[in-house]
Amino acid sequence: MIVNIAILLVCQLIGEATTRALDAPVPGPVLGLALLLGTLALRPAFVPRVAPVANGLLAHLSLLFVPAGVGVVAHLDRLGSEGPALLVALLGSTVATLAVTAGVFVGLRRLIGAKP
Amino acid sequence: MSPEVIDIWSYLAREPLLWLTVTLLAYLAGDGISRATGRAPLANPVLIAMLLLAGLLEATGTPYADYFEGAQFVHFMLGPATVALAVPLHAALPRLRGLVIPMLGALAAGSVTAILSALLIARALGVEGATLLSLAPKSATAPVAIGIAESLGGLPTLTAALVILTGIIGAVTVTPLMNALRIRDWRARGFAAGVAAHGIGTARAFQVDPTAGAFSGLGMGLNAMLTALLAPWLVAAFT
Repeated sequence: MIVNIAILLVCQLIGEATTRALDAPVPGPVLGLALLLGTLALRPAFVPRVAPVANGLLAHLSLLFVPAGVGVVAHLDRLGSEGPALLVALLGSTVATLAVTAGVFVGLRRLIGAKP
Repeated sequence: MSPEVIDIWSYLAREPLLWLTVTLLAYLAGDGISRATGRAPLANPVLIAMLLLAGLLEATGTPYADYFEGAQFVHFMLGPATVALAVPLHAALPRLRGLVIPMLGALAAGSVTAILSALLIARALGVEGATLLSLAPKSATAPVAIGIAESLGGLPTLTAALVILTGIIGAVTVTPLMNALRIRDWRARGFAAGVAAHGIGTARAFQVDPTAGAFSGLGMGLNAMLTALLAPWLVAAFT
């Protein structure tokens, strides 16, 4: 388990250091993700060394957003008088984005004849 | 309360242990309710846990900063969990064959829709200035969105709140919306959840289906990068 965690943290650390050094518009953990993905693709033997903790963390990914979510509720009044307009914009835009993304995905897949 | 109880409370309230434990318990309650309802979209574990905790903070008069002393240990794990997405993505790689064009097309369309539709709706409702700019990167994952908001002249703390709310809205609406649109491909459903609603959408996708989860993680990562590139350009064209 400690090896699992260490691998995840090393990838994140390299990611954070690189994005800071290069001032890249990508967060460190996303670069760490790419680094781990590259490692797993080149060395599939690594998979069992990270999979237990990785899958355990992802099974409870929801938990990790709770502290930030509490902060939003605690500061909801800061949205101010524009709060209702912002909520309508978020709702409309999120639903539109979901529909457009999934629709284009399925449409293009059919167009090029990839198997469903 | 008796003096002993007040003593114990003032001790506990200062220690990270209390709010860390309460955060885990609130999540377990939220997850339990979510399971009991067969993962009903509205019974979202993040939503339930954050409402329970916010109510508890309000009732006990605990400032958010004190709560975060304990909750930061959970919050910290977001970074390693993002790296961990490489594992399901690696497992999904064989299923990516032939999907590069659908994915990139869906990413481009989704990313532009996320930015422009938010700006258009909010402006039509009278939102302007820094508040409007804060809205542009709302579908990107929080650290990227905050960086984008800063560079656009938005309000980073407002953006952080808008990002979280977007995630919750996406996680709650994705299942009924996809069912209504009769989109049954888990890859398309998951990818859309990640593009529109970043990590919270991805957490929802993992609850529903592992393939959806992997594609959602991919959509989240790709949209973070594309939003960083597109947002300054689209906002300049828009304003």
